[in-house]
Amino acid sequence: MADAVHIPDEAETRARWGDFAWTPENAEQARVILARYPKGREQSAVMPLLDLAQRQVGADTQTQGWLPVPVIEFVASQVGVPYMRVYEVVTFYTMYNMAPVGRFHVQVCGTTPCMLRGSDDVLAACKNKGLVKGKTTPDGLFTLTEVECLGACANAPMVQINDDNFEDLTYDSTIAILEALAEGRTPKPGPQIDRQVSAPEGGPTTLKEMVSENHDYRGAW
Amino acid sequence: MPKLKVDGIDVEVPAGATVLQACEAAGKEIPRFCYHERLSIAGNCRMCLVEVKPGPPKPQASCALPAADGQEVRTDSAMTKKAREGVMEFLLINHPLDCPICDQGGECDLQDQSMAYGKGHSRYDENKRAVTEKYMGPIVKTVMTRCIQCTRCVRFAEEVAGVEEIGAIYRGENMQITTYLEHAATSELSGNVVDLCPVGALTSKPYAFEARPWELKKTPGIDVMDAVGTNVRLDSRGRQVLRSLPRINEDVNEEWASDKTRHAVDGLVRNRIDKPYVRVGGKLQSATWDEAFQAIARAAEGVTGNAIGGLAGDLAEVESVYALKTLLGAYGSSLHEARVDGALYDVSQPASWRFNPTIAGVEHAKAILLVGSNPRWEAPLVNTRIRKAIKRGAKVFAIGPQVDLTYPVEWLGEDIAALGDLPDALTQATDVIVIAGMGACTIEGGYGAARQTAAALGAGFGLLHTAAGRVGALELGFVTEGGLAAVAAAAPKLLFLLGVDETDLSAFDGAFKVYIGTHGDRGAHAADVILPGAAYTEKPGTWANLEGRVQRAERAVFPVGDGREDWTILRALSAVLGKTLPFDNLGALRAKIAGDHPTLANEGIALSGALDVAPRGGDVSGAIVYPITDFYLTNPIARSSPTMQRCSAELLHGETFAEAAE
Repeated sequence: MADAVHIPDEAETRARWGDFAWTPENAEQARVILARYPKGREQSAVMPLLDLAQRQVGADTQTQGWLPVPVIEFVASQVGVPYMRVYEVVTFYTMYNMAPVGRFHVQVCGTTPCMLRGSDDVLAACKNKGLVKGKTTPDGLFTLTEVECLGACANAPMVQINDDNFEDLTYDSTIAILEALAEGRTPKPGPQIDRQVSAPEGGPTTLKEMVSENHDYRGAW
Repeated sequence: MPKLKVDGIDVEVPAGATVLQACEAAGKEIPRFCYHERLSIAGNCRMCLVEVKPGPPKPQASCALPAADGQEVRTDSAMTKKAREGVMEFLLINHPLDCPICDQGGECDLQDQSMAYGKGHSRYDENKRAVTEKYMGPIVKTVMTRCIQCTRCVRFAEEVAGVEEIGAIYRGENMQITTYLEHAATSELSGNVVDLCPVGALTSKPYAFEARPWELKKTPGIDVMDAVGTNVRLDSRGRQVLRSLPRINEDVNEEWASDKTRHAVDGLVRNRIDKPYVRVGGKLQSATWDEAFQAIARAAEGVTGNAIGGLAGDLAEVESVYALKTLLGAYGSSLHEARVDGALYDVSQPASWRFNPTIAGVEHAKAILLVGSNPRWEAPLVNTRIRKAIKRGAKVFAIGPQVDLTYPVEWLGEDIAALGDLPDALTQATDVIVIAGMGACTIEGGYGAARQTAAALGAGFGLLHTAAGRVGALELGFVTEGGLAAVAAAAPKLLFLLGVDETDLSAFDGAFKVYIGTHGDRGAHAADVILPGAAYTEKPGTWANLEGRVQRAERAVFPVGDGREDWTILRALSAVLGKTLPFDNLGALRAKIAGDHPTLANEGIALSGALDVAPRGGDVSGAIVYPITDFYLTNPIARSSPTMQRCSAELLHGETFAEAAE
């Protein structure tokens, strides 16, 4: 627990976020989310509503958002669930931030496939750009988190920055992405090498005829 | 009714039973941590693994596996043994080896089961996990590194106590049990998680580092903190009762006890009256027994009939009330009253004052109407039964000021007049119970109106008493027509007070007051002579709980100082007064009681007969005020208890206490 995030003081967060309420657009969105579930099962909406709340906090603070205690309680009262149960959900999922993050939440995967394909280089790149694990850079731009598998192993190593994945990284391409973000540009998400999503590098190695047309392979059987 | 074989033994279990229960039916012990028969099944500790055929070729968690026809279960196979050893080794990986400084040591499930089912050594030599302590309030001390995450406390808080404040945060290796934001758990049942915790993660804060279980003398007792009559085990060392733990009694308290039951015992060694006192020149001065008795004899001179009266307090046991009644009878007095809270209800037959549906019977109600009662404070273990009824689909309606009863309640109004306008959901329900509290009985006609409502609904009727001694005294006929006000109006010259501390005694200013009790509390302040009595742990006594269930307790320790058992004080005093009572020992006294009052002869509920026609109540109105204003400070023992004072200050009055730096 030594690298656990420091959760801000409760009194301060209550003073800042105590009057949290949906913006008109999010209120409509919350209504749509709640309507997805049958009556009496509103508690199922807790996760999308927490995500919505986190995004609203993010929009308020020009960051990726986090979930202060009063916001958690607001969501709990929206779905009629005891605070503790929602708090458990928030602490369970790493996608909910228990403490403020920067404008770009850099989540580096360090699980085995990524590690074997060079996630250490990605982390080194982050470190050399001034990012520290579990911390936000002083300019408030980047928060670095090392996470477990994000399910993009075919494109290892990868990072998730906000809602986008950046894959097939090297030290240099990681630096390039971070610099582009810092300068306000939008780097291309997805594989950073010549590759179509998770298809083989350098083009298909099997079923090559399918690239140009719907080829009938039956004669070759 | 599945039939299966456990280690070659044929057993038949009810449909819906688990393999673990089938094994127990076959007499096989299954080690477990997370499984608890009164909580939902979690299946997360894996300690109850057994080999089951048919099924996958691996051990299965017996607590979560339904018993099925034709299963063959092995609890003694090599696979089962290896599985248990493996699970135990995993559980111990992160469990600290601090048994010598752990309060659970000696009564720890993990200790016992690692002895019985463990390997005896560990192959783990990495660093252990450590978890920061959590604050759970003044009752529960936490050492969370010891936690094995069985989640019994979480399930108890949610399912039984009804306060969803305990939970498991984070996940995997980092999973931690805590209260919401580490605020104190606001449950009057929080002490039960200490018993539920199979390891030393949650231990009793007031009892921390006090004693080892093998040093304690264990005495079966009856709790007097409320009228439920919780069956307790009093653990004492030397002359002090160190803790009070619930005994299992399915009809009364299941295996729970309220925090007041558990932790008021530290009030038994504080603020005690340890010698007689006599008021001389307006000041109480310590005296010998003889001087005190002579003072009473002087006051009793020439006083006869209803110029002598007696009041029985909240904690008085049947024996002393009977002795007092007999003494008053010797003077020709029938001026005695047990309803010292000023409540008025019909005392013509036992069924009129008892909790007739019985505590266990509450579970089967389909609708419950609470009239002027806050069961969460007046009888927390009746409240848990109401919660159980709600889980089975019951609806609860209540008349009185809105309070959080831990379950959904339809509030019908604060005025008892709401009895005249009940919703259809209640009037058309079957299996209804009407529970009238002292809040209704202190309103004139309130009792009659509640009982008439019950009769009109065809409902069971129960009076929810708040005092442990009340029903026993009522069964003895320790009442006067008109109640407490009538006793005051009779203006007795000499008044005996059997531990009367919750009553405003200013109405008896003209009387010479003899207080027999245990604590220097309100009753003693008003007294002219104080005689040191025995607290409930210090005498073999009989109490009738709110159902009229007669329960006997044994003596755990002797009274402090010069204190004596209350009935022996009255017996000795009667000799000085020249009205010697006709019993010399407890056996003779109990035989007299059994002869005069057959309902008190044997333990258990003596049938009371059906309720007769409800007395006239008519239209009543009046705002209901609940009798208990502070759950933790309802009697002199609790008021003297530092733990209860702390609970009251912190949980009810919102005071904060800085934690001592360690």
